[in-house]
Amino acid sequence: MSTLQLTRRRGLAAAGWLGPVVRRLGSGLAVLWAAATAAYVALLFAPGDTVDVLIGDGLDTPERRAQIIAEWGLDRSALEQYGDYLARLLRGDLGHSYILQRGVGDVLSSQIWPTVSLALTAAVFGVVLALVLALATAGRRSRFGDLVGLSELVVVSVPPFLIGILLLAVFSFTLGWFPVSGDRGFVSLVLPAVALGLQISGVLGQVLREGLERALEEPFAVTARSRGITEWRLVIRHALRHALLPAVTLLGWFTGVLLGGAIIIEAVFGRPGLGQVTVSAVTGKDMPVVMAVVLLSALAYVTVSTIVDLAYLAIDPRLRRSR
Amino acid sequence: MTTVTEAPQIAPSAPTPPRRRYGVPPGLIPPLLFLIVAAVAATAPRLLTGVDPLAADPLHALAGPSAGHWFGTDHLGRDVLARVVHGAGHSLSIGAAAILLATGIGTLLGIVAGLSPRYLDELLSRLFDVLATFPELLLALMVIAITGPGTGNVILAIGVAQIPNYARVIRAQTFVVRRSGYVEQAVTFGLSRPVLVLRHVLPNVLGPLPVLATIGMGTAIIATSGLSFLGMGPQPPSPEWGSMLSEARNYLRVAPWTALFPGLAVTLTVISLTLVGRRLQRRFEGRNP
Repeated sequence: MSTLQLTRRRGLAAAGWLGPVVRRLGSGLAVLWAAATAAYVALLFAPGDTVDVLIGDGLDTPERRAQIIAEWGLDRSALEQYGDYLARLLRGDLGHSYILQRGVGDVLSSQIWPTVSLALTAAVFGVVLALVLALATAGRRSRFGDLVGLSELVVVSVPPFLIGILLLAVFSFTLGWFPVSGDRGFVSLVLPAVALGLQISGVLGQVLREGLERALEEPFAVTARSRGITEWRLVIRHALRHALLPAVTLLGWFTGVLLGGAIIIEAVFGRPGLGQVTVSAVTGKDMPVVMAVVLLSALAYVTVSTIVDLAYLAIDPRLRRSR
Repeated sequence: MTTVTEAPQIAPSAPTPPRRRYGVPPGLIPPLLFLIVAAVAATAPRLLTGVDPLAADPLHALAGPSAGHWFGTDHLGRDVLARVVHGAGHSLSIGAAAILLATGIGTLLGIVAGLSPRYLDELLSRLFDVLATFPELLLALMVIAITGPGTGNVILAIGVAQIPNYARVIRAQTFVVRRSGYVEQAVTFGLSRPVLVLRHVLPNVLGPLPVLATIGMGTAIIATSGLSFLGMGPQPPSPEWGSMLSEARNYLRVAPWTALFPGLAVTLTVISLTLVGRRLQRRFEGRNP
C-alpha cells in the first residue's frame, strides 16, 4: 500500500463523518453528470440529423428548424453545445417539446403528481405487506408459509400489467367495486397501487424472510433465547434490524421499478401521469420529453441511493472508517 | 501486487466434494415440460395447431372456449389458441436474442474491465453504474424513441438495458480467476496473453452465466411483453403475448379469455424459467459456496 493511500485513510478517519459524506454526495453528483452526458451522447449519435431527431413527428417548418438550432446551439462547436446543455440543465431548464409546443418542465410538472402519489401509495402498500408476511412466516415451516412463498414466486413472475388486468377484470368489471379508468381520487388509486405494490412486496418479502431466518440462526439469537425472551420479541427487537439492512439496499432499485412500473400501470388503468406523457413522447419521437423523463428517473434513483448510503453511515459506524 | 485494491467479491472457496445427483428432481418436471412445449411452439408452431393465427372470422368474434376454438376467439374472430402458440415465437425469440446480446457484450466488457489497468477498470465500472441508474424500462423506451418500434429495436432496447448486470458479475468473476493458482501457473509458463485469456480466463468466468441467463430470460420476456403492451413491439397483426393482452384489455368484460390465455402463457414461461434458474443456482453454489 502506498504512503498516499495511508495518509488519505488517516485523514478520513480523523475527519470522521465529513469525509465519507462528502465522498458520497460527490459520487452522486458525478453519476448525475454522467447520466446527463449519456443522454446527450445518445441524442448526438441517434441516426439522422439532430434537428430531425429533436423535431420528431412534430411539424417541420424552416422557422422551427431555426428555433431548434438556436435553442440547442447546433451551429456552434460541439464543446460549446455540450456546455450550454449542462448549463441549461443546472438552471432547471429541460428544453422545449416541439410536438406539444410547451416547455418540457411545464409538461412534466403538470403530470408528475398523479405518478408520485401512485408510486408512494404502491410503495407503502408493498412494504407493509412484505413486512407482515415475512414476520408471519419467517423461521416456521407451515402450510401458510409455503403458500406465501409460492405466491411471491408467482407475483414476481407475472408482468405487472397482467396483475393490473386481472384486478380490473375481477374488482372493476365483475364486482364493480372500483372505477375502470381515470383518476377520481383515492378510490381509483387503490387497484393501480396494489398492482404496482405487489411487485415490490414479492421481492422484498423474499429478501426480508431470508434475512430474518439467517439472523435467527446467529449466535446472538441463541444468547437472547437463553435469556428467556419470547420468540416474538426476539424477532422484532433483534432479528428484524439485521433483516432490514439488505432490504434497505434495494430501495434504489425500487425507485426504478416503481417509475418503470408506473408507466405501464398508468396505461392499464388509463390514469393520467408521467407514464402517459412518456408513452406518447416515445411513440411521437418527442426526444426532449423522453430525455427529460430519463434524467428525472436517474435523479430519483441517485437521490434515493445517496440517502440510503448516508443512512448506512449513520447505522453502521464501521463504514465511516472504510476506504 | 499494489494494483489490486478491490476486495474479492466472491469469497475464495475451500474445495467441497461435489454433490452429484443425476436425474431430474420431480419438482422440476412440470416447468421443464412446459418449457419444451413453449420451445416447440416457438420453433414449429404448426406441430401444435393447424389454424392460421391471422385468419379473421368476424361472425364468430369474441366467442367463448368451445370444441372448435379451445381458447375461444378474439375481437376479430381469430383463434386465441393459434395466436398464443404462434406468439411464443415472437416472445421467446425476442427474449433469447436480447439475452444473447446482453451476455455477449456484458461478458466482453466484464473481462476487459477485470483484466485492464486500474484506470480503465474504474472507467468501465462507472459506466456500468451510470447505465444502472436508469430503470430498465425507461432505458429501453429511450432506445425505442430513437430507433422506432419493432422487433429488432425491442431486442436492442432490452439487451442494452441488461448489459450492466452481466458485465458486473463477469468482472467480479474475472478478479477471482486472475488471482487463482492456475492462471498464475499459466503466466509462469509464459503463455501469450490471448491464449491466457481465451484458454484459461474465459472458460472459468462463464460459470455463473447459465444461471443469470435463465433468470434474465424471464425478466426479458416480462420486459418484452410490457413494451409490446405499450405498442412498441412487433406491430399488429402479428401475434405477440403482450400485444394480445393490450387488445384484450378492451374486451375484458365480454371476453376475459382473450386476456387469460396469453397471460397464462407469459406467467407460466417466466415461472418455469425462474424455477429452473433457481435450481441451477443452487447447484452452482453447491459447487462454489
